[in-house]
Amino acid sequence: MSVVVTLKINDIDVSGQEDETILDVAREHDIYIPTMCHLDGLSSVGACRLCLVEVKGMNRLVTACTVKVAEGMEVYTETERLKKYRRMLVEMLFSEGNHICSVCVVNGRCELQSMAGRVGVQHITLPYYNPLRTLDTTHERFVIDRNRCILCTRCVRVCDEIEGAHTWDLGGRGIESHVVTDLNTFWGDSPTCTGCSKCVHVCPTGALFEKGRSVTEMTKHREFLPYLTMMREKK
Amino acid sequence: MSQRIVIDPVTRIEGHAKITIQLSDGGEVEDAHLHITQIRGFEKFVEGRPFHEMPSLMARICGICPVSHLMASAKACDALMAVRVPRTGTNLRRLMNLAQIAQSHALSFFYLSAPDLLLGMDAPPIKRNLFGIAEANPQMARDGVRIRSIGQQIIEMLGGKRIHPAWVVPGGVNEPLTAEKRDKMLAMMPEGLELALRWLDWFKGIHEQFHEEIATFASFPTMFMGLVDKQGNLEMYDGYLRFVDADGKIVVDDVPPEEYATYIGEAVEPYSYLKSPYYKPLGYPGGLYRVGPLARLNLVNACGTPLANRELTQFRARANTRSSFYFHIARLIEIVYSFEKMQQLLDDPEILSKQVRAYAAPNSLEGIGVSEAPRGTLIHHYKINESGAMVHANLIIATGHNNIAMNRGVMQVARHFIKDGQVNDGILNRVEAVIRAYDPCLSCSTHAIGHMPLLIEVVDPKGAVVAEVKR
Repeated sequence: MSVVVTLKINDIDVSGQEDETILDVAREHDIYIPTMCHLDGLSSVGACRLCLVEVKGMNRLVTACTVKVAEGMEVYTETERLKKYRRMLVEMLFSEGNHICSVCVVNGRCELQSMAGRVGVQHITLPYYNPLRTLDTTHERFVIDRNRCILCTRCVRVCDEIEGAHTWDLGGRGIESHVVTDLNTFWGDSPTCTGCSKCVHVCPTGALFEKGRSVTEMTKHREFLPYLTMMREKK
Repeated sequence: MSQRIVIDPVTRIEGHAKITIQLSDGGEVEDAHLHITQIRGFEKFVEGRPFHEMPSLMARICGICPVSHLMASAKACDALMAVRVPRTGTNLRRLMNLAQIAQSHALSFFYLSAPDLLLGMDAPPIKRNLFGIAEANPQMARDGVRIRSIGQQIIEMLGGKRIHPAWVVPGGVNEPLTAEKRDKMLAMMPEGLELALRWLDWFKGIHEQFHEEIATFASFPTMFMGLVDKQGNLEMYDGYLRFVDADGKIVVDDVPPEEYATYIGEAVEPYSYLKSPYYKPLGYPGGLYRVGPLARLNLVNACGTPLANRELTQFRARANTRSSFYFHIARLIEIVYSFEKMQQLLDDPEILSKQVRAYAAPNSLEGIGVSEAPRGTLIHHYKINESGAMVHANLIIATGHNNIAMNRGVMQVARHFIKDGQVNDGILNRVEAVIRAYDPCLSCSTHAIGHMPLLIEVVDPKGAVVAEVKR
């Protein structure tokens, strides 16, 4: 039986179960914390760092999606420091990839694009890295455009945790990190991919999309995930 | 002492160019060149992209004619998919293309060229712009803005936005037309037509004042090229390539657009980023030809709509329809044609059909799309790999076809107006105006970055710049 704890978020008294994360409890109380890599129905990895919050008494910022609540915790989600870091993080996502919204399949429906608006990014003040990244069109129905990938690893997790195929993984290190299919072979040759399209739909940007979609034409459906998880747990 | 005259930037055109005029020791024009000083690189950086992105990527070549690039690109993609676009999908594309032609021609005539025509070639440069027109003839400025706005509003109603709409897709268009929007468009047609006819009449009334310009604005014999339909009439979206000679006699007809490379070669000159296409059987540079409104009206059997047909007959009754000065009149006739044709398309009840798009995977590794842009024939030629990624793109943009002719035109005007090395602003403006008559879109045709400057340089035989006029 889980224990109820009480804590403060932004000086408001709230309560939650001790096995819940700060993000869970904040959402239960309608307190907004921005997230990019987190997706209901998947495990949390704290990859994007957008859900960073301040906790009184801790000298480092913590990711709300992975840190559990504790009795007497005092959490702050909207300090000036956090706002500045969030803007900076989104700017860094833009500057390290090749994000050209105007010719993107998800223009107008992109989580990165809307997050930029939400955290107040008006210009990318950092120099663009303009990396040379690859595109794999070999799959019969889908395309991976690594130019638009922000390494949230939602595709890796959904393929492993929900579909059970584990086609996706990360390859390379540091700035060279990128998502790969199987052992870095072409997606079209993958013996493990079931073609279920879950990775395509959980991808927050236009990095994964259905072939044949033109600019602005890709709408992603993610609402199925929590149901899938729930139904599988029942069995 | 000989000198070189440089016009840099050439003003009131889309893109950057400079002109150099080489004078001999006696002060006579020895040589003249139009330099296109910018590079864009679209053909190269699209390599690797999925072909379904191409229409929207290519539309970014231009903010004035995004629709033209959408058309040619989408048609090349249709060819890659090897599908037949549903009839309504085709007609909706036609509708947008005509709206584009009307708005772009209005921009060229009223905003860019009318200052020379209304205020005179020798008017002070500070007056030679749309504001000068608004002062001298407010009605003209208003009507020009209005024609453009009707065209742009139709594009917006069809595609969701005026510039770079993502509505034209491989296989057709991605949304059918609603009756409400159709009715709004229809309501604007009579006004557009009336305004176009009003200024066509005005221009017919005054153009004789420009007899010297008519005689010298690239009035040399060239071939003309453009698309025609099955009956040999004016066709902006589809059809067959036709080449006629300077006397209007058909040289080659019924060329399927995908066979363009049989007849068109592409040459490169060291002084310009703009390539010089030429008619292959006559070689380079002898095989020069012109495209655009003047070419189209010189090569078609008829326009195919009543008022435009009437105007075309009158136009041809004039002498010397070869002069590039008549690009202006041709543009106005084509605006009339566009409104008449749009009306016809909108009157067809089938325009509201929901069948507007064909779907398919890539079925052909090579695709060619050709359509008429406001400035002339536009060719997009793509190659893809089996999985649909671009491996090669070749673009021949309308302005490029006119490159050799523009260079000759500059030479002709410079020779006629520059005597004994004497140049003044009015003369320089005429040199620019010959370029302007072609309404070149240099940002389209060279894939470049930046703004359009004009400089005229006068150079001695050793190549040293003796005089320079800058704007």
